[in-house]
Amino acid sequence: MKNATPLIWRNSAARYNLAGNHCETCGKDYFPERVVCPTCRRRGKLSAKQMPTDGKIYSFTHVHAAPAGFEHETPYYIAIVELENGVHLLTQLVDSPAEKVKIGTNVKMCFRRIFEDGKEGLIAYGFKFKVV
Amino acid sequence: MKGVSIIGVGLTKFGEHWNAGFRELISEAAGKAITDAHVDGQDVQAIFGGCMASGRLLGQEHIGALIADQLGMNPVASTRLEAACASGGVALRAGIMAVASGAYDVVAVGGAEKMTEVSTEEASTALGGAGDQEWELFNGATFPALYALMARRHMQEYGTSEEQMAACAVKNHANAVNNEFARYRKAVTIADVMKSGYIASPLKLLDCSPITDGAATVILCSSEKAKKYCDTPVEIIASGQASDTLALAQRTTLTEMKATKEAARQAYTQAKIQAKDVDFAEVHDCFTIAEVMATEDLGFFEKGKGGPAAAAGETALNAKVSINASGGLKAKGHPVGATGIAQAVEATLQLQQRAGKRQVSNAEIGLTHNVGGSGATCVVHVYKRL
Ligand SMILES: [Zn+2]
Repeated sequence: MKNATPLIWRNSAARYNLAGNHCETCGKDYFPERVVCPTCRRRGKLSAKQMPTDGKIYSFTHVHAAPAGFEHETPYYIAIVELENGVHLLTQLVDSPAEKVKIGTNVKMCFRRIFEDGKEGLIAYGFKFKVV
Repeated sequence: MKGVSIIGVGLTKFGEHWNAGFRELISEAAGKAITDAHVDGQDVQAIFGGCMASGRLLGQEHIGALIADQLGMNPVASTRLEAACASGGVALRAGIMAVASGAYDVVAVGGAEKMTEVSTEEASTALGGAGDQEWELFNGATFPALYALMARRHMQEYGTSEEQMAACAVKNHANAVNNEFARYRKAVTIADVMKSGYIASPLKLLDCSPITDGAATVILCSSEKAKKYCDTPVEIIASGQASDTLALAQRTTLTEMKATKEAARQAYTQAKIQAKDVDFAEVHDCFTIAEVMATEDLGFFEKGKGGPAAAAGETALNAKVSINASGGLKAKGHPVGATGIAQAVEATLQLQQRAGKRQVSNAEIGLTHNVGGSGATCVVHVYKRL
């Protein structure tokens, strides 16, 4: 991913702290935040909301063939985590023993390096999750 | 709306074409289709082309103009459509709409992808553009990983096994042995798939369709004029398309593709048929789990029964429903932009009884199912002899 600096900076609250938003009309939480509530559309009223940092594994995979930027990390876990408020997000699982990586296992957010934007580019940081 | 029929088809061999670039591939497929349709170049009034990632793979955009130029068809209108791996399917749909509306009588619809000019990593990164770059690929997801997440849930919720998924690959390789256009014309066994090494668990190398070069073209004509050119036109009796969230995590379920179900619902309604009336289908098996889910979402099997059905041989050639008689994306190959059109080519060959040793007996109604990304675009077409 070239020239990722503005992308990373723009979303830093979400990437570092799981800042999302919430529709006051229908009560749904969104992460990442949405500009339009897909349920209420123009009747939606969105306001900032912090996502919970605890959740459980909804699905997972152990990745052996990595894309550019992640070659040095293989094999690594990718999971969809269900947060305590029901919101799903895709994340890496780190510091988690293989025998505990199962659907339903409790996990919590941690702050990690995600990738390097080339040799001279920015290092992207953000959320990953680990088994509790 | 006017009826629309396919009057000619053309396909390149799918594989690694060291000697042919994008221009040569698309010209070969289009030339064959024009010859097959018995039309003259000047009869073709418009061109629609499906292509996913030529910008990332070749540095070349403006594919619509390139195609018209290379075919010597200037100044006809020529437009590229992109919907990731469903680019071919949406191009076909655009061609159908253009003829159905009465705007044109004869159009050419092509699809092409030249993927082996770059490294596997670069090709994988380009294909990643089909997913949510900012929130999923950014975090280290790959396409195999996204389908692996679906597979894991399917295994959890329905007891689907890795061996059942492997059965789809085994069957598709067996079918491809009889397809001269296929990339892998070599049978494999369940044991071969099981020991092929994880790409993203539970998916292994032989659960995945290969990065491939190829092109395909169909010539569409209004059904009322089709017999002027072709003795055996194949009518496209339904065209359905639907969308879903780009990010996989945002789906309410990982074990079905809602866009497939919706596109199929539209198509079955238009065609006035049910799933049980379909004799054969080319479904989007970019990964084996995708074939399992497609056979369920298209209504051939109950949800959760797609894996056992594949393992029991119910999707083999001339079994309950012939799935991917061509070898599918798995064994025929998956040049992404070409895939949706290549599926229409196979449906046409089957209904015209031109499929040789992989011919589906008593083929009356065929269906094609083309997926973009992890299911954010799905396109379903239904075919019958005119
Ligand atoms: Zn709302």
